Amino acid sequence: MIRPTLPDGLVVFVKRDCATCVLVEPVLADLRGRGRKLTVYTQDDPTFPDSVESVDDTSLELSWHHDIETVPTVIVVDDGHETTRTVGWDREQWEALVGEDELGTDLPDWRPGCGSLSVDPDLATGLEVRFGGSVLRSRRVEIAGAEDDWEALHDRGWSDGLPVVPPTEERVLRMLQGTTRRPDEVMATVPPDLADCTVEKIAVNAVLAGCRPEYLPVVIAAVEAACTDEFNMHGLLATTMPTAPVLIVNGPIRNRIGMNAGINVLGQGNRANSTIGRALQLVIRNVGGGRPGEVDRATQGNPAKLGFCFPEDEEGSPWESLAVERGFSPEADTVTLFPGEGPRCVVDQLSRDPHDLTRSLAMNLRATTHPKLAMAFDAILVISPEHAARYRDAGWSKARFREELDQYLLMDADDMIRGAQGVAEGVPVDFAGSRIPKFRPDGLHIVHAGSGAGLFSMIIGGWVNGEVGSNCVTKEIPT
Amino acid sequence: MSLTVLDPTNETAPAVRPKVKRPAALDGLTVGLLDISKPRGDVFLNRLEDRLVELGVRVERFRKPTFAKPAPVDLRHEIATRCDVVIEALAD
Repeated sequence: MIRPTLPDGLVVFVKRDCATCVLVEPVLADLRGRGRKLTVYTQDDPTFPDSVESVDDTSLELSWHHDIETVPTVIVVDDGHETTRTVGWDREQWEALVGEDELGTDLPDWRPGCGSLSVDPDLATGLEVRFGGSVLRSRRVEIAGAEDDWEALHDRGWSDGLPVVPPTEERVLRMLQGTTRRPDEVMATVPPDLADCTVEKIAVNAVLAGCRPEYLPVVIAAVEAACTDEFNMHGLLATTMPTAPVLIVNGPIRNRIGMNAGINVLGQGNRANSTIGRALQLVIRNVGGGRPGEVDRATQGNPAKLGFCFPEDEEGSPWESLAVERGFSPEADTVTLFPGEGPRCVVDQLSRDPHDLTRSLAMNLRATTHPKLAMAFDAILVISPEHAARYRDAGWSKARFREELDQYLLMDADDMIRGAQGVAEGVPVDFAGSRIPKFRPDGLHIVHAGSGAGLFSMIIGGWVNGEVGSNCVTKEIPT
Repeated sequence: MSLTVLDPTNETAPAVRPKVKRPAALDGLTVGLLDISKPRGDVFLNRLEDRLVELGVRVERFRKPTFAKPAPVDLRHEIATRCDVVIEALAD
């Protein structure tokens, strides 16, 4: 876009909503009276200054193009080029700049200026869209004036069934301020269409999902993690099981972006928890082309497929976090993707002894996926603060808890083989006579979250693990 | 005022909504006649309107500002919401 030039002479940018601009009005009138060629651009009220004729810059076009950050700004223009400028009111500087004496002698010597409207955070991205020349490459789609925005976006198949925020250029630019990455950087190849996904496309979908810009780094890391061979997003999408990415956020970013690790942690009501997982799902839908009834073959699915993301309560936990157990520093911001179902509740309101509670939790964990299946499916145990307190009080480390839990998760195969207990489902008969663990090594993930009241924990069952299925992936979120 | 949004897809498919199926009969339907502003297009559409009205079909007339550009999105939306079928006079 061509930058509009300023007229020769003195050019001053002002707004009425600035006490310093109002203060210098007599100086501007005085300069005009001294026969100086003076052009005053006004940003808010075209009638200001009352005593000096001004040019309307309420569009902020001139202010934006000439990088006005403060009002008043005085610029000396010679032959179409700026030679010098000053901001605010400083008598000595003004006199030196314009080459006049005795300016504003009845004013204070110095007053700071005010912020220019062209750098107002509420307006800046809109001005960038209008005057900056776009850096965004996505196709523009025009919605008719009489059309309802939400209906129009839904009709194009861009929604998961809930309303989406229209991804205008202004909103996408604002979203991109959440990352230092370039919009055209390709972050992942998204299944099932194996489409290259740029930071810009992730940002467009993050807008649709309702994210704030500061969530974007988490969404980007989640997209990267989902699109690894290890996580196998294609398989997870295509399976008939009701599984989808479950996102667990660790590190200081949880608090920085206002995530909720406490009351109703797995439920609704917190914007970051609710929209980050949704943004990942919309990337898979829109960029990857993964839609229910097409490549997504889930027999029943589960409500968490709209998006399932929560942070760990690290501060209240007696134990090291999930991310630390997985080899990351406590200071690292990470997102862990687990291929999981919806959560189910373990009620245990009577155990006061850590051994009792461990047996009780193991009894419930053994029922994950099917009580007679083992090792092929991982799980997450989301332990509540009140349950975790039993172990804190007893001085149990996480390693000790795991060790004890593993004992109770060791089961007699004779009860689990196909046909045993009058149930055809089960592990192969080859296991008869042995004892088998419910989970493969590292197959149970333990996360601390929830409110301080309630003797309940949650279990999130997994999809098929290992080479034939999906493995949990943790990705560091770059700052 | 119309709204412009960025396409969230990988852009390998057109960003349009599916067309409705062609009806087997015009009974009870509204037919839009779109004049694209080419000379004598109106002559053709006037004749069509006469014939359709004789058959008892409801007709609505529309006109593009110029044949040289795609129909404005608002006009397309108006036709889509008011008509079941559209006939466009393409040439002079």
